[in-house]
Amino acid sequence: MGNHILVYVDQFKGQVMPASWEGLGAAQILAEKLGDGIAVLVAGEASHAVAEQAFHYGATEVYYSDSPSLSDYRPEPFTDFVVNVAHEQAAEVILFPTTTRGRELAAMSAVDLGAGVMPDVTALEVEDGRLIATRPVYAGKLLAKTYCETGPQIVTLRGRAFKAPEADSAQTGTPIQVDAGVIESDVSTRVLGYTQAEGGVSLGDAGVIVSGGRGVSNNPSLTPPEGMDEKEAEVWRAQQGFKLVGELASVLGGAVGASRAAVDADYVPYENQVGQTGKLVSPDLYIACGISGAIQHQAGMRSSKVIVAINKDPDAPIFKLARFGVVADLYDILPPLTEAFRQRL
Amino acid sequence: MNIVVCIKQVPDSAATVVAEGGQASWGDAPLVMNPWDEYAVETALLQYEAYGGDVTVISVGAEGATEAIKSALAMGCTQAYLVSDPELAAADSRVIAHVLAAAIKKVGDVDLALFGKQAIDSDMGVTAPQTARILGWPVLSLVSVVQELNPDDGTIKVERSIEEGRQVVESKLPAVVTVSKDIADPRYPSFMGIRKAARADIPVWTLADLEVDVPDPLVRWPEVVNPPVREITNEIISGASPDEIAESLADKIIGEKVL
Amino acid sequence: MDFALNDEHRMVQQMVRDFAQKEVAPTIKEYDRAHDMAPFVLPRMGELGILGINIPVRYGGQGMDYISLGLACEELEAVDSTLRVVMSVHMGLNSMGLLQWGTEEQKQRFLVPQARGDRVACYGLTEPGAGSDVAGMNSTARRDGDEYVINGEKMWISLATKAHHCMWIARTNPDVDPHEGLSAFQVELDRPGVTRGDIKGKMGVRAGSTGWIAMQDVRIPVENRIGKEGEGFRIAMSCLDNGRYTVAAGATGLIRASLEASVRYANERQAFGRVIGKLQLIQAKIADMVESYDAARLLYLRAGWMKNQGLRNTRETSIAKWFATDGSFEAASEAVQVHGAYGYSDEYDVERYLRNSKGAVIYEGTNEIHRLIQAGYALGYRKDTPLRKELPAYDPEFWQE
Repeated sequence: MGNHILVYVDQFKGQVMPASWEGLGAAQILAEKLGDGIAVLVAGEASHAVAEQAFHYGATEVYYSDSPSLSDYRPEPFTDFVVNVAHEQAAEVILFPTTTRGRELAAMSAVDLGAGVMPDVTALEVEDGRLIATRPVYAGKLLAKTYCETGPQIVTLRGRAFKAPEADSAQTGTPIQVDAGVIESDVSTRVLGYTQAEGGVSLGDAGVIVSGGRGVSNNPSLTPPEGMDEKEAEVWRAQQGFKLVGELASVLGGAVGASRAAVDADYVPYENQVGQTGKLVSPDLYIACGISGAIQHQAGMRSSKVIVAINKDPDAPIFKLARFGVVADLYDILPPLTEAFRQRL
Repeated sequence: MNIVVCIKQVPDSAATVVAEGGQASWGDAPLVMNPWDEYAVETALLQYEAYGGDVTVISVGAEGATEAIKSALAMGCTQAYLVSDPELAAADSRVIAHVLAAAIKKVGDVDLALFGKQAIDSDMGVTAPQTARILGWPVLSLVSVVQELNPDDGTIKVERSIEEGRQVVESKLPAVVTVSKDIADPRYPSFMGIRKAARADIPVWTLADLEVDVPDPLVRWPEVVNPPVREITNEIISGASPDEIAESLADKIIGEKVL
Repeated sequence: MDFALNDEHRMVQQMVRDFAQKEVAPTIKEYDRAHDMAPFVLPRMGELGILGINIPVRYGGQGMDYISLGLACEELEAVDSTLRVVMSVHMGLNSMGLLQWGTEEQKQRFLVPQARGDRVACYGLTEPGAGSDVAGMNSTARRDGDEYVINGEKMWISLATKAHHCMWIARTNPDVDPHEGLSAFQVELDRPGVTRGDIKGKMGVRAGSTGWIAMQDVRIPVENRIGKEGEGFRIAMSCLDNGRYTVAAGATGLIRASLEASVRYANERQAFGRVIGKLQLIQAKIADMVESYDAARLLYLRAGWMKNQGLRNTRETSIAKWFATDGSFEAASEAVQVHGAYGYSDEYDVERYLRNSKGAVIYEGTNEIHRLIQAGYALGYRKDTPLRKELPAYDPEFWQE
C-alpha cells in the first residue's frame, strides 16, 4: 500500500487552520475506500511542531519543510514544495483546506501536475475508484457533482463540512524533512510583514451575529445612575443589555445586530439594524435576544443557517424560526452562555 | 502601464437559479459582468489614471457574449478582446487559464493582469493563480490595498487580506493580482463611455488566433442539483438553572458546526 | 419593429438603476419621514451627468437620446418619485423647453450650465388660482424699455427653493384673447424682488422640494424672454409634452416597484398554510400590475421614439402619462393591500408609493384634462398645428460633437 493520498496542512505562525485536520479525517475515509495510504505535508517556519501534531490526529507519515524560503507563505515556493512531495509520492489525491492559502496552492499545484482541481467541496464519494466531489455553485443556490477524468485529483475542502479525527497525544511519530526545491533568487516576491485588519466584523460579512431587541431594556433589577428620567433610564438599561450581547458576539467572533424596535428606541445606532429596513444578513449562526421576530425582522435574517432565540415570551414568533430556543430572561442566560463558549472555543 | 483585466460574463447575482434536467437555469435574467470583476476593472482604471498606458479587457465566452466587455469599456477600459472558440465549450479552469495566459502574451508587454476574486457562477476562484503559474508570473491574491506601484522600477507593493489580517508583500512586475471588495468602489460608466462601448466592435480571438495548444479539460460537472430543502426542527432547551441551560445550549450550537 | 433595448439603452438603464438603488434607496425613507430633500441628490445627479442626460454635448449635456431620458426616469422613480420630479422640472419642462425654443445665446447662457448640473432649473406655470386653467393666470410681465417687470406668484413649484433658474409664464398683453397674451421668460432666481418658500405637509413626494415663488417688480432683460411675445401659451404647452413624458416614464417605474414589492412579499408571507402568492385574489392583483406595467412601458417608449424621430407627440405623450399615472395609483393601492397591515406602515415602501403616486394623477395635466385631450383628438375637435419651433429630433452627430 503506497501513500498516494496527500493532505496539506495550512498553518500560520504555528496555528493550524482547523479545516486541515478535517482534511485528514476525510482522507482517512478515502484511504479505506480506495485501499490507499495517507501522507501529510506542511511547510513554513513552524512546520516541524505542526508536523508533530499531525501524528496526534492519526497521521502515519508526515513531510515538512522549514527552509528559510518557506518561512513566510508565498504561493510560488509553497507550490514548489507541494509539487515536489506530490511527485515523490506519486500522489493521486491531494486534499487542501479551503483557505486563502489552500485554494491557490491547490490551483497552482494542479497546473504543474497536469491535474484537475475541485475547490470548496462539501461532500466526497468514491465511485469506480474515482472521487465524486459535491460543491456549491451559484453562491450555494445549486450543488454540482464534479469529478476529474484522470488523476491526480486535487480537492479543497470547505471548513466544517468534514469531521476532524479526535486528537490523541499518545499517537506520535517523526516527521520527515524534505527539500522544497526552491531557489530563492527565482522567487519574485518578498513578504514585508503583517498588519491587523481594520475595524470589527461587518454585519454583512459576519459568520455569527448576536442581535438584541426591545427586550434588552427589560431588566427592572438594574438601577440606573442618579438623575436620569424614565426614557434615559430605559436607554441606559438597554445599553447594559447590549453590553451582554456584545460580549457574547465578541467571544463568538461575530457582529452585533439589532431589531428595528431597538434602533427606533435609540438603544443602538441604525448601522446595526437587521431586517426589512436595515440589513439583510445570512450568517451561519444568528442568536436573537429579546427579539419577538415579527415578519419584517424575519425578512432580514431568515436565511441564517442556524437560528437561536432567547426570549421570555414563549409565544414569540421567533421560536418558529429557531433551531434552538430558550424561554428565559436574556439577562439570566447571556452571561453563563458567554462563559460556556469561552471555555469551549 | 500596460494592464490587462480578465472578466467573466455571468447571470445576474439576483437571478433565481434552479436545476432543470441537471443543468443550471436562470430564466431570462440578464447576463452581466461578474460582480467581483468590477473591482478588478476599477483597480485597473485607477492605475491607468495614475500612470497612463492601456487597459485591455479580455473575456473568454460564447460568441456574442459582449455585455460584460461593453460594461468594462463603458467604465473606461481602452481596448477589449473576446476569446471565443467552440472547442472551449467544455473547458475547465486550467484550460481557461492556458487560454488567458496566451491572450495576455498576445496583448504583449503586459505589466499587470488583474482578476476578480472568483466568478459567482462556478465559484471556483482558481483561474487567476493558474494563469499566473502558466505565465510564470507571481500571483498576489485578495489584494485590499495597492500601497505602491513603480512602473519604472517594475515593482508593486500590496496588502493582501488573509484570515489572520493583512499580509504586506512586495513583488516584481509583471504580476497577476486578484482583488477583494475593499480595494475601491467600482465607478459608474459615464454616458460617453456607454455610447462608445455600445458602438464598439469587439474583436474576437479564436484558439487559432492565439496559437495556443490547450490541454484537454479534466474537470467535469455533468450534473447540478437543487440543494436539499432544510427541514428544521425546533428544539426548546430547558434545564434546572440558567447555567445548565447555557451549557446545554452551547454544546448544541457547537454540534451544528457553525462556529 | 424592434422592441428590444440596444446596448446603449441597456447600459444607461443599469447605470441609473445602480445610482438610485445604491446611493438613494438606503436613506430615502428617513428623508421622506422628515419631509426633507437629501442634500446630496442634486449634486450627485449633476456630477453623474443625469441632469443633462439628453442634452447635446455642445450645450453641456451627455448627448444621449430621449429614450434614455425615459429609461432614466423609470429607474429613478422606482426608488422614489422625488428623483424623477427633479428630471421633470429641470429637464423636461425647463431644459428641453430651452432646447426647443431658446436662441443660441440663451442656450449658451442657461442651457449649458443646467445640463452640466452647475445650475438647477424649475418651471413656473401654476398659480394659487390657476392650475388647469392656464390661460386664467394672473402673473404679469410689463415691458419697460429693454426690460420686463414681472409680478405674480407661482405655487406648487418643484425645486422652488433649490433652483437657480425658473421658466416663468406671465401675461404680457391683457387686451387680447388670454391664450395669445402670455409670454415665457427665463428668470434667475437671485434677482431682487424674488421671494420663495417651501410647502410642507404634502401627502407625498415628501423627500423632495415643493414650494412657491413670488415676484415683486422683478426686472429681467429682454434677452431673457423665450420665444416671441404672445407665444407663451404655446411654449408652455409644448414644455408640458416633455414634462409629461418624464412623468409617464417615472410612473411606469412606480408600477414596477409596486409589482416587485408585492411579488417579494407574496412569496414570503404565509397564511392559511402557504405563501399568499398561491392565493388567487393575490395573484389577480399581481397580474393587474403586470398588465399595467407592460402597457405603460410600451406607451412611454413609443413617445420617446417619436421624440427621437422629431415627430409631434402631444397625443401619444398625453395618453402615456394618463395611463401610467392611473396605473401607478392603482398598483400602489393594491400593493398596500397585498402587504396587509404591514402595507399600512412605513416599515415597508408601498405606502410611500401610494402617497407619491397620487400627486402624478394631479400634476402635469390632471388626468381629467388628459381625458378631454384624447376625446378632442378622437372627435376631431382638437388638431395639432405645426409649431414655429419643434423639439429637435435626436441626431447622434449633432448631439455628440
